[in-house]
Amino acid sequence: MLANFDFDVIRRALPYLFYEGMTFTLTLTALAALGGLVFGTALALMRLSGLKTLGRIAGIYVDFMRSLPLVLVIFWFYFLVPYIGQWLTGASRPISVGAFASSLITFIMFEAAYFSEIMRAGIQSISRGQPAAASALGLTYAQTMRYVVLPQAFRNMLPVLITQTIVLFQDTSLVYVLSITDFLGAASKVAQRDGRLVEMYLFAAVVYFTISCIASFGVRRLQSRIAIIR
Amino acid sequence: MIEISHVNKWYSPTFQVLTDCTTSVTKGEVVVVCGPSGSGKSTLIKCVNALEPFQSGDISVDGTKVNDPKTNLPKLRSRVGMVFQHFELFPHLKIIDNLCLAQEKVLGRAHDKSVAKGMQLLERVGLKEQAQKFPAQLSGGQQQRVAIARALAMDPIVMLFDEPTSALDPEMVSEVLDVMVDLAREGMTMMVVTHEMGFARKVANRVIFMDRGEIVEDAPKDDFFGKPRSDRAQKFLSKILSH
Ligand SMILES: Nc1ncnc2c1ncn2[C@@H]1O[C@H](COP(=O)(O)OP(=O)(O)O)[C@@H](O)[C@H]1O
Ligand SMILES: [Mg+2]
Repeated sequence: MLANFDFDVIRRALPYLFYEGMTFTLTLTALAALGGLVFGTALALMRLSGLKTLGRIAGIYVDFMRSLPLVLVIFWFYFLVPYIGQWLTGASRPISVGAFASSLITFIMFEAAYFSEIMRAGIQSISRGQPAAASALGLTYAQTMRYVVLPQAFRNMLPVLITQTIVLFQDTSLVYVLSITDFLGAASKVAQRDGRLVEMYLFAAVVYFTISCIASFGVRRLQSRIAIIR
Repeated sequence: MIEISHVNKWYSPTFQVLTDCTTSVTKGEVVVVCGPSGSGKSTLIKCVNALEPFQSGDISVDGTKVNDPKTNLPKLRSRVGMVFQHFELFPHLKIIDNLCLAQEKVLGRAHDKSVAKGMQLLERVGLKEQAQKFPAQLSGGQQQRVAIARALAMDPIVMLFDEPTSALDPEMVSEVLDVMVDLAREGMTMMVVTHEMGFARKVANRVIFMDRGEIVEDAPKDDFFGKPRSDRAQKFLSKILSH
């Protein structure tokens, strides 16, 4: 079977696969992870704020996002955002949002639900004495979070956060439903065009696998360096 | 300096943790608070800088009412130093950064000024060489001395101590107490929850004995050690002095 493989198809497609496809995939992953972390941390703080309504809203949001298949959210969001934009700005026609912006917003909103649970666990792992000591020194609530609680929560949770980001990296391939040329999308286009499905999909799998593995390995290295000395 | 009057606090409708607590600490005074575990000592001292709210009564520090909703609590707390049983240094920050954080973020001091102040205080507690280490690299006694230095870096008008030596190995207790004794002798106003009666004998002006959320005894040191009036205080004293 291997004899029928045409590896040259892959070689010829490499620039396209990586310059277009992988660049998109990595950009989307990085921005979505960053946005998801920020928004997720905000959700976690809402849930832990002790303010009932605020916590409830965040809780409902998280549960809602976690009970929907990502592919559906991407799909629906893409079709709804123009109308939401229209409604928000009062424009006369639906606001056109590019597929990239739409998928980025979707991933941020979706990932935030997961990141918020991770950050919530991280914040709860900090003993109550820490914020008490910070308050006793005169730091405000916001300063206590910013300089004392969140840095520790983030460091404690870093391995889980990166693991979640690796999952996100793989999940970004779902943007194919919007016909976006991410890495998998690019591979798939070449596969269709040249009729080389097996080679291209196999190659894509190897690339996803390799990058994810390197990232997990990196996590372990990084963790021993960034971890709080205890 | 600290005025506590008729403070009542409930943790739940059926559990009253403080009952009609009234006392005061004047400028330059050292007041030791003792009593059995669970009697409400920590709760009372945390009410002083509003780390714990209370339902009725009043507490004021240097004329500022802590239970007034209009009081700027962070500002008030920045002038009240507090030392905890479990040190509570910030583990992700170097020792010197532990000392600088609040100086810079709360008092708005310049970084070099904070560092200078921090180093001066570390020298004072004998830990200048440890400035670049992380808290977990220090012994318990050293950590607690850093915690005292961190509080002093804010130029507090009063210092609160909540059992500062009870989480320490016995051989480290005196290094912390020595720092506290020096502080007391320099005229710092101090409210100290402790069972170290040696410390109380040395520098306390008054001793308060608490039991079941009440201030049972509040007497000048010599009176307290001479002849505690209540049975409960007598029993407590004989128990902790016997070992
Ligand atoms: N956050 C809390 N919620 C409910 N009960 C508490 C809380 N903190 C302390 N208590 C209870 O209040 C009582 C007094 O506690 P505390 O002030 O810590 O006593 P002490 O410092 O004298 O040992 C204890 O019975 C304790 O279990
Ligand atoms: Mg206590």
